[in-house]
Amino acid sequence: MKNLFVLMISLVLMFSVTLVNAEEKIVIDGSTTVGPIAKAFAEYYMGINKDVNITVSESGSGNGAKSLLNGTCQIADMSRFMKDKEFKAAVEKGIMPVAHVVALDGLPIIVHPSNPISSLTVEQVRNIYLGKITNWKEVGGPDRKIVMISRDTNSGTYETFEGLVMNKGKIAEGCEYVGSNGAVRSRVQSTPNAIGYAGLGFVDKTVKALSVNGIYPTRKTVSTGKYPIARPLFMFTNGYPKMGSHIYQFVTIHLTKQGQEMVERIGFVPVTAY
Amino acid sequence: MENQIKKSILISKGTSRLKRLVNFTIESSLFLVTSVSLVAVIFIVLFIARDALPFFKLRGISEFFTSIRWYPTGSPAEFGTLAIIFGSMMVTFLSTVMAVPVAIFSAVSLSDILPFSVRQVVKPIIEIIAAIPSVAYGFFALVIFAPLLQQSGGHLLGIVVWMVGLPVSLLFSYMIGGGLAGKVFKAPSKVTRTLIFLILEGLIVFGLYRLYSVLGKVTISSGTNALNVSVILAVMALPTIVSVSEDSLQAVGRDLREGSYALGATRAETLVKVVIPAARSGIVAAVILGVMRAIGETMVVWMASGNAAQIPEPWYNVFQPIRTLTATIAGDMGEADHVTGSARFHVLFAMALFLLVISFLSNLASEWFVMRSKKKWGV
Repeated sequence: MKNLFVLMISLVLMFSVTLVNAEEKIVIDGSTTVGPIAKAFAEYYMGINKDVNITVSESGSGNGAKSLLNGTCQIADMSRFMKDKEFKAAVEKGIMPVAHVVALDGLPIIVHPSNPISSLTVEQVRNIYLGKITNWKEVGGPDRKIVMISRDTNSGTYETFEGLVMNKGKIAEGCEYVGSNGAVRSRVQSTPNAIGYAGLGFVDKTVKALSVNGIYPTRKTVSTGKYPIARPLFMFTNGYPKMGSHIYQFVTIHLTKQGQEMVERIGFVPVTAY
Repeated sequence: MENQIKKSILISKGTSRLKRLVNFTIESSLFLVTSVSLVAVIFIVLFIARDALPFFKLRGISEFFTSIRWYPTGSPAEFGTLAIIFGSMMVTFLSTVMAVPVAIFSAVSLSDILPFSVRQVVKPIIEIIAAIPSVAYGFFALVIFAPLLQQSGGHLLGIVVWMVGLPVSLLFSYMIGGGLAGKVFKAPSKVTRTLIFLILEGLIVFGLYRLYSVLGKVTISSGTNALNVSVILAVMALPTIVSVSEDSLQAVGRDLREGSYALGATRAETLVKVVIPAARSGIVAAVILGVMRAIGETMVVWMASGNAAQIPEPWYNVFQPIRTLTATIAGDMGEADHVTGSARFHVLFAMALFLLVISFLSNLASEWFVMRSKKKWGV
């Protein structure tokens, strides 16, 4: 009797293991900026498809590309396009990266709310980060030293800033580097002399976003491409996913009404909002 | 140890073959367990060196140690690490300077001055500091301490000057004043002694006041700087140094202390001339452990040092952000793939190797110090 009981239990266990294995697994890795979108999509998608298990990791755009190359993830979140080297390495491994633009992101330049400056040009921002402008009075502000804050060189946000603002120029040595968008905001909101940049979703009332080239970063100016420091956010797959497959449905969520609402709720700009 | 008798590890005497086999198995597995840590160290060194050497092959040695330009993502990339090494040295030195006197004084007072019941309560509490995860320290440094430094850094420094300066100056002017009075007057009266003491103390207090008013005007433009990190690292190193040196002070034992009292020494003389020298090697070991904690700490410096790869201007300016080796390794590892950017990947291992060599050397130095003091003092 006892043996029969044990047998039944082990049968049930084996059956449940096979059940778990029957579930389709999608692994997503990459940018910390795109991560929240992927997480919201995953939650939504797993809610309507019980047979899919999606895990989302956030280890940076570079690591996302790496994982896609190594085959350890099916979707790579990236806040920048693949670099030449990464693309080449992928193709050599027989992986064809296909980009899906899931949302747009602006990089507002943020300062402390007490700072009277409300507008800068891209040129001025570049000169501040090059160390050519070191005092707020040189751009029409109070006589105070500028404290530069940047994302770490590891982040896609940094690379976007480097590409769109610095234009191959090297950021001055005195610049402080922090590890996340949230940390940029917390440094700027507590430092009256600070200047920094962070994703549009991270700008709230505790910091002040500046107009750049006379254009204030809003959803509209970003999605129409008027705001000069804006970027698309990508999900990369290996080849275009098979129509109707789970991955196909996942990377097209942003085209649906729910997808757009999710993107907007997280603080980014939907691609379809013209 | 050499003339230790070779005995069976089993409790009962074993002569049968089975017992000898069991004995051999136990001994050899114990040997294996012991060698695990040794093997781990050897492998760590080997693998770090294996990934570090390609960097020096690719870029040469001189840039790494002499350039202060750290632009790993630039085109062309630059890998000058001097400023980062300087940053590591700076915070380590500063935190050691802050932590060691405080730690040794508190260890001495815990072991020899305060009542035993107080020690039983205070020591575990100090040891709890070591259990706080470093990310919590980092969060505190970034969110609370950095804004505080920015808003009222000058006043804070002024208060610290008074808190440290006043007791030290009292002690100083009492001792120096006494000595001075003895030299100038053959038999100084109580009044002259007091007068000299008051004059000296007055001068020092005036100096402290000047320093205070100068510091009060200092404005710190960025709170995430070398000072912030050093203070936090000092707090983090404290429990290690206090706990280990207190243990070694306790280990000195009653007999030495009572011997000293029996020879007519006062309590202070016993402490300074007998107990502390006897516990010296333990205290040095404690300090080295504390320094290692400060050098190797990553999370706090990554969050609160500002991570600016620069040598401050002027070099002793502790109010400027700096970058350390550990924070650079942690922060740059993600994007630095050996497939896509080789020098950028290997430079991090070169830094790790450098850190490893430094810690190896300081361990060696402490060993040497302990050996030397054993030879010279016999303890």
